[in-house]
Amino acid sequence: MVGVIGRNTLDLVSRLGEFAMFVVASFRGAMGARRLPRRIVRAFYEQGALCLPVILIVGIFTGLVLGLQGYYVLSRFGSEGLLGALVSLSLVREMAPVLAALMIVGQAGSALAAELGIQRNSEQIVALETMGIDSHGYLVSPRLLAAIIVFPLQTALFVAIGLYGGSLSGSVLLGVDPGIYWSAVDRAVEMADVRECFIKAATFGVLTISICSYYGYNAHRCSTATGAQAVSASTTRAVVLSSIVVLAVDYAITSFLV
Amino acid sequence: MAAPLLQVSGLRKSFGSQEVLSGINLEVQRGQVFTILGPSGAGKSVFLKCLGGVIAQDAGEVHFDGRLLSASNPASVADFRHRCSFLFQSNALFDSLTALENVALPLEQTTDLSSREIREQAMEALRQLEIDTFASRSPSQMSGGMQKRLALARAIVTKPELVFFDEPTAGLDPLRRNAVFAMIARYQRQLAFTALVVTHDVPEALVTSDRVALLEGGQLRFNGTPAEFSASTLPVVTGFRDSVEALGNTLAALQTPEK
Repeated sequence: MVGVIGRNTLDLVSRLGEFAMFVVASFRGAMGARRLPRRIVRAFYEQGALCLPVILIVGIFTGLVLGLQGYYVLSRFGSEGLLGALVSLSLVREMAPVLAALMIVGQAGSALAAELGIQRNSEQIVALETMGIDSHGYLVSPRLLAAIIVFPLQTALFVAIGLYGGSLSGSVLLGVDPGIYWSAVDRAVEMADVRECFIKAATFGVLTISICSYYGYNAHRCSTATGAQAVSASTTRAVVLSSIVVLAVDYAITSFLV
Repeated sequence: MAAPLLQVSGLRKSFGSQEVLSGINLEVQRGQVFTILGPSGAGKSVFLKCLGGVIAQDAGEVHFDGRLLSASNPASVADFRHRCSFLFQSNALFDSLTALENVALPLEQTTDLSSREIREQAMEALRQLEIDTFASRSPSQMSGGMQKRLALARAIVTKPELVFFDEPTAGLDPLRRNAVFAMIARYQRQLAFTALVVTHDVPEALVTSDRVALLEGGQLRFNGTPAEFSASTLPVVTGFRDSVEALGNTLAALQTPEK
């Protein structure tokens, strides 16, 4: 029993160390990478444009539900006028960074892990190394750098569309005065909230894209499967672990910043 | 005799308790087509990957153009990578890039050439391999033979001195197999690179190689010219030749209609 715990702990520490080295190598790879901007633009497209529909859809429905639930709770206390504050603070502080990150992981993160896994299986990553190309710098660095920008941008969009969704259910459907709704939004959200929102989004971006890249890049080392099944298993692990990390780190950042 | 371009001494590699390469010594002269023959699972690809720096060896030394390749001397490894190319069994082409972009990739990422120069050199490599009309196609839209030529175009675009060919004919039909060996021999003469080929296609290798070696049981059992290989009475060589011949006879018998 003690032996098993010890082995697992050592394995965990070793994996964490490997992951840290992977992230460092990926950031360092950006320094030596040539024609990096073009690769970053492609990563912007993968994490930005391709994820836009899901961000818009989930954002609008999150705002609609928040408006609806918030209205019925606040109306019990005669405080419907605070609906804008409730929707905006919920979105800016918690829901937008977390949900936007989860949506990008589901769309771009899974695709990234699968793509790298297939590239590993078909020897493309080895081919890069034999050509003298740093595979971290070519494949991972642009995605990490793009994530630092794209995740906050997608989160900002999520907030904007969520606020509009809240106003749709609150003002258009339930009769809260639009002026009261938007002025409550304006009064409630402070600079510190926006800063917290962007810090969370950028952190989630770096962490989730690193995790997805790490699992895809190391798909050949999957202990439970080989070949196509290893790619599938690595992709699943990458998405599940990224989602858990988003929620855990959200709690950690919130407890530091609140 | 001139100093060898590639010199290997005492190369060893194990995976767990299984020793795949047990002390290999080899010299490849500049301008040669050197083929390593051997049955499947003999460790040919592992040997090639150790030489190419894809897999780290457990022991032994590899000298390229007189310089020891060692992880503690990154400059020698970088110089080696710059002067060598690798053609993989699976071709390792990028489907997200066009044929032209695949060939341009090593130039883009490892040289300071302008975009125009890169394009010109990549197109030239495609022209040499007679696939320039497919420049804008994705590798997945090309036939197996054309993909092989595209992979070779990418391998030669940096004008390497040494090209490693890892089972270049794996999975190809006999006609294409002949075409690939002819292609290697033709472009090796035209572009004057040194070729180190790993294969188990004996007849084709004997025709196109300057020198052949037989790898079996983790050791080089034979190293000589194709003529010497054909004439050799060493049991391990005759055994290998017989097994290849027997396979050919079995296949021929299968194709003969029963009376």
